[in-house]
Amino acid sequence: MTSAPARRHAIDLDDFSGDEIEALLETAESMKEVLAREIKQVPALRGRNVVNMFYEESTRTRISFELAARALSANIVNFTARGSSVEKGESLVDTVRTLQALGADIVVMRHSQAGAPYLAAQHFRGSVINAGDGRHAHPTQALLDLFTIRERLGQVRGVQVVIVGDIVHSRVARSNLWGLTRMGAHVTLCAPPTLLGPAAYWTATWPEVRVCHRFDEALAGADVVMALRLQKERQQAGLLPSLREYTRRYGLTPERLERLGERTLIMHPGPMNEGVEIAPEAVVAPNAVIEAQVTNGVAVRMALLYRLAG
Amino acid sequence: MTDRKQILTADDIRRALVRIAHEIDERNGGLQDVILVGIRRRGVPLAERIAAAIADFEGVRVPVGQLDITLYRDDLKLRGPAPLVRKTEIGPDITGKVVVLVDDVLYTGRTVRAALDAVADLGRPERIQLAVLVDRGHRELPIRADFVGKNVPTSRTERVEVHLQEAGDGADEVVIVRTSP
Repeated sequence: MTSAPARRHAIDLDDFSGDEIEALLETAESMKEVLAREIKQVPALRGRNVVNMFYEESTRTRISFELAARALSANIVNFTARGSSVEKGESLVDTVRTLQALGADIVVMRHSQAGAPYLAAQHFRGSVINAGDGRHAHPTQALLDLFTIRERLGQVRGVQVVIVGDIVHSRVARSNLWGLTRMGAHVTLCAPPTLLGPAAYWTATWPEVRVCHRFDEALAGADVVMALRLQKERQQAGLLPSLREYTRRYGLTPERLERLGERTLIMHPGPMNEGVEIAPEAVVAPNAVIEAQVTNGVAVRMALLYRLAG
Repeated sequence: MTDRKQILTADDIRRALVRIAHEIDERNGGLQDVILVGIRRRGVPLAERIAAAIADFEGVRVPVGQLDITLYRDDLKLRGPAPLVRKTEIGPDITGKVVVLVDDVLYTGRTVRAALDAVADLGRPERIQLAVLVDRGHRELPIRADFVGKNVPTSRTERVEVHLQEAGDGADEVVIVRTSP
């Protein structure tokens, strides 16, 4: 396979072809080999400036990007909204222009508002990577999920994936829908109607996707179960009768774990509410790959940084 | 117009690699610490062939690794989209060993420079040597090969192509291609 044409930004996976994703996953495999060495660093991005711009709390994604940039020998600077000029009312566009004037080559942005990275990309001469924006997209999470599935099951094509939980509010679900369908997986979305919205909304964009309100039905034949974080505020918003009721119907409980067997991968993008959407037994089950997802995240982000820097 | 001249036949390549195999043996007073490391892509099958030649006359199998130097290149921005990064597999610890880097063509020396950096990140060999099938001159760095299949004077406008069966090139040969405007 030859390398795909140059890419400037990574806002979502919707404009990534199957070939481009495949090439990224292959590059990520090589990056994983680098991370397994005693000296976990290569000089590929020496002298490039990467800025982590996090307007929303995040531990694993921010640290993951930071380690990825360092493993490629780039300089990385962390910017958090707190303590910055944002508190004085500096607009996003001003901030991006300032970072550009300071010599930033790549901006990695997390923002609570959908579209913020897209707006930043319009005003930045370098590259913008979306590290999660509102309910919209989280492309590197989807890439690391694809990588983990491919690593464990050998391929993504034909794999049955069930995404369960607060899908309507989930940027992880949306980006995974683009990535999984483009790579030929079969996706089932499973949630209570209040957390899923009308089925037609999903099938209009991803016609091959199956929508289901009964978790036990959805689980039949699943190769991968991806549980999403349930934010407890959803109950206060009246979208759930109770957390216990949610767990009974949509939680990855010990009973469901038993029924799944040992070959079905258990995934979670984190952070988890153990005992709500996923039982502690499921987190430590031999077929759980939740830690592997975190580890693979660094390799996948290295591959993406490298691709954008080329 | 394209002018194409064969400079090594399949048999020339075979004989050159057998000679290099003997030279590696003699230079190092034996093969016990030698690891052959092919530089991707065409250095890898060449390293395999040298290992096979050694196995023929010495009856020992020297380890063969492969090195991808993409992440160590100094021309990431100059070459358009970032090239695919392939896997590096060196096998056992190279510290204290004699690493013989193997590549098809030695030209500017920049690939070898990148390979030296890559090897240094993987361990601390006692010695690093370089074997190439063709040395075409025009070095831009103070680098030379320890084992050379054939020295070929070239002009910078010419291209040296090494074709190998294992690389899917259909035949074994080395050709010089001259494209005149």
